[in-house]
Amino acid sequence: MRKIKGFRNIGRTAVIGIPYLWLLVLFLLPFLIVLKISFAEPIISIPPYSDLLQWGDSFWPTIKASLDGYLFILEDSLYVNAYLSSLKIATISTLIALVVGYAIAYSIAKAPTRWRGILLMLVILPFWTSFLIRVYAWIGILKTEGLLNLLLISLGVIDKPLTIMNTDLAVYIGIVYSYLPFMILPLYANLEKMDFNLLEAAADLGCRPFKTFWTVTIPLSLPGILAGCFLVFIPAVGEFVIPDLLGGTQTLMIGKVLWIEFFNNRDWPLASAVAIILLAILVVPIMYYQKTQEKAIS
Amino acid sequence: MKRFTAFNMTALMLGFAFLYIPIIILIVFSFNESKLVTVWGGFSTKWYGELMNNQSIKDAAWVTVKVAFTSSTIATLLGTIAGLVMAKFGSFRGRTLFSGMIYAPMVMPEVIIGLSLLLMFVALSIDRGVMTVTLAHITFSMCYVAVVVQSRMSSYDDSINEAALDLGCTPFKTFFLITLPIILPAVISGWLLSFTLSLDDLVIASFTSGPGSTTLPMKIYSMVRLGVTPEINAVSTILVGLVALGVVTGSFIGKKQKTN
Repeated sequence: MRKIKGFRNIGRTAVIGIPYLWLLVLFLLPFLIVLKISFAEPIISIPPYSDLLQWGDSFWPTIKASLDGYLFILEDSLYVNAYLSSLKIATISTLIALVVGYAIAYSIAKAPTRWRGILLMLVILPFWTSFLIRVYAWIGILKTEGLLNLLLISLGVIDKPLTIMNTDLAVYIGIVYSYLPFMILPLYANLEKMDFNLLEAAADLGCRPFKTFWTVTIPLSLPGILAGCFLVFIPAVGEFVIPDLLGGTQTLMIGKVLWIEFFNNRDWPLASAVAIILLAILVVPIMYYQKTQEKAIS
Repeated sequence: MKRFTAFNMTALMLGFAFLYIPIIILIVFSFNESKLVTVWGGFSTKWYGELMNNQSIKDAAWVTVKVAFTSSTIATLLGTIAGLVMAKFGSFRGRTLFSGMIYAPMVMPEVIIGLSLLLMFVALSIDRGVMTVTLAHITFSMCYVAVVVQSRMSSYDDSINEAALDLGCTPFKTFFLITLPIILPAVISGWLLSFTLSLDDLVIASFTSGPGSTTLPMKIYSMVRLGVTPEINAVSTILVGLVALGVVTGSFIGKKQKTN
């Protein structure tokens, strides 16, 4: 009997070990390397950063860590502004997505049961189609000579074309559009389970519909609201494709700064420091999200 | 109180219009005769013909399919095991870290994941190419599979497994004969999800690919940067069509499994 148990334990460890090891090597280890390189100095060589350990004459290597990258980021207003503006753009987009997503999710939850499956499928379908293509689709609509301006001018709403493309507004539209399914799905999962009798009870007791919504519906759906907001906010802060394709030169977002620092300026230590600070900003929301999600599933 | 009101109807119509009009416009203009994306010059399929003659797009498409197929298959294997561990293995040493590594990649900004993987490949002197992109895609896809399988497993009745084990079935055999068939729809949708995630990824692929491993999204991205052309609309339409087909097939399989 003991032998079987011992065998089972080995099996159990192996089953845990395979995915565990994979994630340790390909998810955790890379972060440690980013952390290490963020303390290095940029040099012209391959790879373009200095080693932290300098092997001199003595037996022990000397550690040569540099905080230059971090100091540079904190002193240069470009980077500080990029972080702040990313947080601002992500917050505003998340709130817009919440209002739009709530209206849609609530309506699906109230729709007749036989419609719900197809309505939900219609929400999920764009989420499966390429992000890049969905962002690209907006360029033709929002351009100065684009379809939106053509439509508005032909309807006589405006005389001169609006400048939406290459502005922050285009970035808001892009983020809300791309991340909307991420907002709707957790909200719907929550609202679907809601006991609508409670709303009826509130109404019977003389509560006005608007007040019922604020004091009963919203508090009951809070877990869905939080999950949806995190799913939109966290990736939106580090978004690259949307500000790059829809935003203008004055649209500052940290994901784009990191990309430029890495691919155009080839300053790997600085790009690593940018990533580490971004991660430090997002680590609390990410951990909170993980905790709530795990609780929701189990 | 639970009435489907005019407000609900309007919200749904506006919401779905917002979600679908851009995609519909994109598809319509892929059949445009004119080179201008916003001016209709008559129906034509010439951009699809142009696409067939564009060798670099075809190469990129082939790389993308290879990467997506390999990465989604391995990610499904690893992710299913991980989902099983998360749902049924209770607590073990390092569980918090494990679930952290499962959930974090799903919300983590892609630029961070891409940069960190690239720096690791460089640090370990691994040449960048199809293999590194595949490794990167497996890593983030397996997390999605794990969550899909985990949520299916949490409503799984353990007594069926116990019955099989009591009757002398080995744990290994129990898994393949009892557990796997039951969770199969979740595993299949996990595979489909991984496949499309890999098909779509631009940012992580840009960091982890090397010469000769340009993926289709990278190719499309560089075309978009040069200017908007109906050719991009044509390749996008093909991709949207394939994905829609996959999703509909997937949900059909799911439904059939349920009714069985």
